[in-house]
Amino acid sequence: MISGLTVSERQSALIILTVMAFVGLAMAIAGRADLLGFHGGIVLLISTALIFAVIGHYYDPEPPKERLAEYYDDPTRVGIVLAMIWAVVGMAVGVWVAALLAWPDMTWDVGWLSFGRLRPVHTSGVIFGFGGNALIATSFHVLQRTSRARLPDQISPWFVLIGYNLFCVVAATGYLMGLTQSKEYAEPEWYADLWLVIVWVVYFLIYLRTLQRRQEPHIYVANWYYMAFILVVAVLHIVNNLAVPVSLGHAKSYSLFSGVQDAMVQWWYGHNAVAFFLTAGFLGMMYYYLPKRAGRPIFSYRLSIISFWGITFMYMWAGSHHLHYTALPQWVQTLGMTFSIILLVPSWASAGNALATLNGAWHKVRDDATLRFMMVAAVFYGLATFEGSFMAIRAVNSLSHYTDWTIGHVHGGALGWVAMITFGSFYALVPWMWKQERMYSSKLVEVHFWLALSGTIIYVFAMWNSGIIQGLMWRTYNENGTLSYSFIDSLVAMHPYYIARAFGGLLFLAGAVVCAYNIWMTIRLARAQDTVDNSKADIPVPQPAVALQAGE
Amino acid sequence: MAIEERDAHSGYLTTGHEWNGIKELNTPVPRAVYFFLIATAIFSFAYWVLMPSWPTGVSFTRGLLGNDQRSIVAKSVRQADLERGVWTKRIASESYSAVQANPDLMKLVRESGRTLFGDNCAACHGADARGGKGFPNLTASSWIWGGSPEAIAETIRVGVNSPHKDSRISQMLAFGRNQMVSREEALNVAEYVRSLSDAGPVREPAGKLAAGKQVFLKNCASCHGDDGKGKNDVGAPDLTDRSWIYGGDLESIYQTIWNGRQGRMPSWENRLSDLDRKILTLYVVDLRTPR
Repeated sequence: MISGLTVSERQSALIILTVMAFVGLAMAIAGRADLLGFHGGIVLLISTALIFAVIGHYYDPEPPKERLAEYYDDPTRVGIVLAMIWAVVGMAVGVWVAALLAWPDMTWDVGWLSFGRLRPVHTSGVIFGFGGNALIATSFHVLQRTSRARLPDQISPWFVLIGYNLFCVVAATGYLMGLTQSKEYAEPEWYADLWLVIVWVVYFLIYLRTLQRRQEPHIYVANWYYMAFILVVAVLHIVNNLAVPVSLGHAKSYSLFSGVQDAMVQWWYGHNAVAFFLTAGFLGMMYYYLPKRAGRPIFSYRLSIISFWGITFMYMWAGSHHLHYTALPQWVQTLGMTFSIILLVPSWASAGNALATLNGAWHKVRDDATLRFMMVAAVFYGLATFEGSFMAIRAVNSLSHYTDWTIGHVHGGALGWVAMITFGSFYALVPWMWKQERMYSSKLVEVHFWLALSGTIIYVFAMWNSGIIQGLMWRTYNENGTLSYSFIDSLVAMHPYYIARAFGGLLFLAGAVVCAYNIWMTIRLARAQDTVDNSKADIPVPQPAVALQAGE
Repeated sequence: MAIEERDAHSGYLTTGHEWNGIKELNTPVPRAVYFFLIATAIFSFAYWVLMPSWPTGVSFTRGLLGNDQRSIVAKSVRQADLERGVWTKRIASESYSAVQANPDLMKLVRESGRTLFGDNCAACHGADARGGKGFPNLTASSWIWGGSPEAIAETIRVGVNSPHKDSRISQMLAFGRNQMVSREEALNVAEYVRSLSDAGPVREPAGKLAAGKQVFLKNCASCHGDDGKGKNDVGAPDLTDRSWIYGGDLESIYQTIWNGRQGRMPSWENRLSDLDRKILTLYVVDLRTPR
């Protein structure tokens, strides 16, 4: 990978890494009396390790000039591996916290093993670690193919990938130490947030610079979604994380917002993180890998337009449906609810567009577990968006709010849609990236499919049952006008469902482990034996006449 | 370079573009999409007209229905209070013994008391009120601060070692750690205290018990009484019964004597209404009534 960089690029890498190492050192010194110092140490350690890695290959021969006429896929390959590592870690922590809810004594009075600290490790691990790396890896792949242009340079993709993972590591270790802003899905503290802004701007610039040099007259739908994902996440991230640190030597900061405004900003962020991170980004993934694998044209370009603009416009308003029946003014709740209902139509249009694209290829869905992953993902996307709009109705929300129904809804989307479309895309992408005809084992893909599907269904049904029972118990009055059940009564009623949920999650985790093994063996196969030479077909311009220069 | 092709399967034309092998059909948007877009939009407009919806600078459009979630909640809380008033007034006004003598009222106490206890007391005393290490068993007949309804109500109101100004205050000193008794004296008195409740055979030489009794009378009797039966007014537990908060084996008793104890219970005066505390009192008293 480092030998794929030119000597001048290796020098730039060393400069960037040295600056990062010094920032880490400064954090370690300034924050030595605080947990910030520990994070400074992590930044310093990782930067130094990378410096040594670059130095180790500094005198490798320069890469051949012809590489510029090919796509740059090294970051995608590393991104896939990182995504799978995060998937296994994040889902394992998820199974663990699910078990904690059923058997709460498993914290053994150890602070960092407590539910409150492990839960964000799970949510950030799967959303940002697994989902984020998958989005970065696939977006680099899709961007180049649909633009017929190589990434603009060879440093910035690495900066984005490594920088992003550094953010994830700082976030996860911070949670274990008890560092949090207490904003759901935006828990990392100010210094991690600032770092992510830098990384994210570079990511967006890679997109713009590549699209600028594209050799296709039009920008493909997948790229609309990836761009919406990058742009809106930047806006959300910056606004929701506006905060004043206690001092430059402290990890703790205070939000610029307070009270109900803070809640509104947080859920405007939180809901659109679901919308633009977990929906738009993965729709981009779906719009490339599904038609590609099915060998069918997209069902309707016009429908794509309606869905895209419908989703991007409506989602922005919907965040307040997370705050029904709270101190948030009722009119804001009304707007959140009504826009959530309209939002159902473009959402279903997207799911329908995906499923209708499979017309003429349903026999492939039957035979090919990879395509089936994507098909089921589209179905779950439709289910989760219907459920979301339904739960946004105030009357429904009065039952579902604060219950496990919400958890079931989120996992219907996260397991059924986000993870399934990612696994499907990876099974398509990995053989292309490592120049194999197929995955190491198609049987294991099939095994993974059924593990993932049964795990998701068990999980979601357990939480539906549990959530609705919980909601009903909390609102049941006896004829004297007092509550029929104490909170503990509802907890006791949840216990069997919590065990079922942990089991469903365990099945899903097992599937992810099977996937990681399958990918790993495919990579080993590529190393051990001759690769299928598909490089002739998979280059920006099939004619040898035009060589596309990287580096503008 | 746009060259439209006809897709053999669907019969629609493509848009004429291709991205690395991916094409798009120019299929018209299905009517259903427009229908549902318009339907949901009409619903939303109607909802906006009827309910509070759009901001108008300092205020907002209030909607034709005049729906206001705050006044709705306030009204339904008042209404619920009114409906409960039928029986809550009787429990609030009648004496403990009068309520206890009335089976209908006690049925209400048991119903609402169970959820009140589960939501407020069970975290320490257990859902079955049997307590645990450090938390007294409320179903036993042994009461540190008195077991009459009035005494229990007062304990709930002010708490034990709580910040409440009238809080019940008690502390068992760390006799061993603070060198008020020697190690041997502590062992002897632990042996003696155990013998007060343990009806089993005496395993230690009688001389040891006698020595322990002397230590007891000198150091412990001022709170626990000469007979070891405890004193409610200082919160000193009865040592002669089988109820133990921190354990009644020799080791636990020794630990208690050596390191002292100071339990805590929060004051509920500002967290539960007078009525709820009265219901809880009656509920707790009722727990130890054999049925």
